Amino acid sequence: MPDRTDLIYAYDGSFEGLMCCVFESYTQKEIPSVIRPPGVQQSLFDTEKWIESDKHKADRVFNSIPVKISPSAQELVKLGFLTCAPHKELLIYHFLRLGFNYGNKVMTMLTDATVCSLQKAVRYLTSESHKFKGFARFSVYGEVLVAVIEPNNFVLPLIAMHFCDRFRSEEFMIYDKTHGMALIYQSQKAELMFVEELTLPEVDGTEAEYRRLWRQFCKTIAIEGRNNPRCRMALMPKRYWGQLTECIVRSSIK
Amino acid sequence: MKIDIYDKLTILSDSAKYDVACTSSGVDRSGKLGSIGSAVKAGICHSFSADGRCISLLKVLMTNVCIFDCKYCVNRFSNDIARVGFTPRELADLTINFYRRNYIEGLFLSSGVIQSPNNTVEQMLKALELLRNVYHFGGYIHVKAIPGADNELIARLGHLADRMSINIELPSQQSLQLLAPNKTKESILRPMGLISTKIQENSTDLVKFRHASKFVPAGQSTQLIVGATPDTDHKILTLTEGLYKRYHLKRVYFSAYMPVAEHSLLPSVNTKPPLMREHRLYQADWLLRFYGFEAQELLDEQHPNFNLQVDPKCNWALNHLEKFPLEINKAPYEMLLRVPGIGVTSARRILTARRSSLLDFSGLKKMGIVLKRAQYFITCKGRIMDGLKITSAGTIRALMTDQYQLTSPNPEQLSLFNEPFITREDVQQCLTGQI
Ligand code: SF4
Repeated sequence: MPDRTDLIYAYDGSFEGLMCCVFESYTQKEIPSVIRPPGVQQSLFDTEKWIESDKHKADRVFNSIPVKISPSAQELVKLGFLTCAPHKELLIYHFLRLGFNYGNKVMTMLTDATVCSLQKAVRYLTSESHKFKGFARFSVYGEVLVAVIEPNNFVLPLIAMHFCDRFRSEEFMIYDKTHGMALIYQSQKAELMFVEELTLPEVDGTEAEYRRLWRQFCKTIAIEGRNNPRCRMALMPKRYWGQLTECIVRSSIK
Repeated sequence: MKIDIYDKLTILSDSAKYDVACTSSGVDRSGKLGSIGSAVKAGICHSFSADGRCISLLKVLMTNVCIFDCKYCVNRFSNDIARVGFTPRELADLTINFYRRNYIEGLFLSSGVIQSPNNTVEQMLKALELLRNVYHFGGYIHVKAIPGADNELIARLGHLADRMSINIELPSQQSLQLLAPNKTKESILRPMGLISTKIQENSTDLVKFRHASKFVPAGQSTQLIVGATPDTDHKILTLTEGLYKRYHLKRVYFSAYMPVAEHSLLPSVNTKPPLMREHRLYQADWLLRFYGFEAQELLDEQHPNFNLQVDPKCNWALNHLEKFPLEINKAPYEMLLRVPGIGVTSARRILTARRSSLLDFSGLKKMGIVLKRAQYFITCKGRIMDGLKITSAGTIRALMTDQYQLTSPNPEQLSLFNEPFITREDVQQCLTGQI
């Protein structure tokens, strides 16, 4: 295949769209140097090739992964798309090229730059989503529970099951501020939807009281003689604190 | 004076904090319609307190009233402190409200001894029955069994809880006699044995009758205090190994002694807690549980205590240099695990990567394997790492020393970033020994 260094694909930002980029590259026998999602500034002189999303083409690529590579490679690609890795599209694309070339073996090629970058990005995603199973803080508004999170990776699809199962008889919403998406669970049904902005009402007295109790508990449970702020910071980095009830400084929340 | 829930929570969490167990792991249980809660085998940390420990459960005492007088304990009868207690309903409400807000995975309930061990357990049972049967709480419950309570009561507790623990605290009979005059080895080991037997019976029942209710599905744990008594690391580690083997414990926790009382038999109140020693014990505990080591390989009568400068695995390797260097492309998994700096995840990654290519040092680095220590103990394709000069065993020993720990009054607890791990909970609670 000719490796045209100036070839740029632009797609609609969906997973399906990305699979169509792979399809295009194989049918046209060309290798893009950039795969660009919407909203990314293009430079003055480059010309991009628009790749239209097409369910049929996307399915052909996606369904061939478990057959030609392996089911775990398919899983890796799906998860890779949720990560915040810079140029994740190209990473996934090159991983698939390797996979279609070497087959199943690609999953053991841990010293390859593409394979190890993709696996590392997915590890970050899964570990961050595990963190948010613990770090999401709900507030009670009437009968509804609402949590706001700011993850780097798009963790909602990975934590949805966990919360829907745990709070099966509740109604709740988890709003991902970073990605402008929300998971809404109502009458035992879950839905992911775009939410641009969310303004929450003032909390009532009961809610304020439980926050106060929780903050006090977190303070009391620490043993002074073992104070270790560095260890705490390493396990719960500052950037999560903004949405953690127990870490928000008192004056700023009233 | 009326004591409100805020004050109760403050007092009863303050006196519960010396119990270091904080995990919510060991059992998977999905949620049910009409109830609230589930359990996740790997455990989930919800926050971290200022001492770097994981906060996963609402850890409180039912009451800090106690008729016993264990010398090392803040709640001892002779200590002059405010005494309060939760009613079962207060405790259940607090748990459910914290749980709904996703503050916690569940409840860790312990208690001082009110009137008698049986009476205490009855109070705890009331709270747990309310939670499980009335509030339909399906989250995690860890409950302490009170030494001296009847078997039948302990068994009832076990059907409501996911994990049970009985803290041994003092590693020898002599220490117990001196410092916990109301407890005996027997009063601790008997319920521990009972729980262990019940867990095993239950696992066969579960096979026979599909609807048999589960007994302590997440297993039992215990805690040993380090540094309150002259007991050596050798004694503590051998005891730990015995507990894993004989009582099938899921975890043994170590707690560096925090002086809470002036007593002729205890270290003075100005003594710093032996955090480094505690840390070495956790590392050794990991070697027993995940690395295939035996206690006798790590310590013996001649060397009864861990070297505070070198971690136990490194120390073992330095004493067995004849087994190294190890060829990365050939060494079996069990031996890879014995290389300083290579943990379970690294060893597994090496096995995987070996399937498609011969590994060299740069490949190992790319895979995220930390060579700082490992480099002295391995070869790749028969060669040692470029530029590496080894002069003597003494030099290596010096290189393996955790120097930073000597200068700091608060020894670093491992922050395990460059280290792989087994379950996230183990890593996150910061009291681990991954090496
Ligand atoms: S029985 Fe428990 S609470 Fe009571 S003094 Fe002894 S250790 Fe403390």
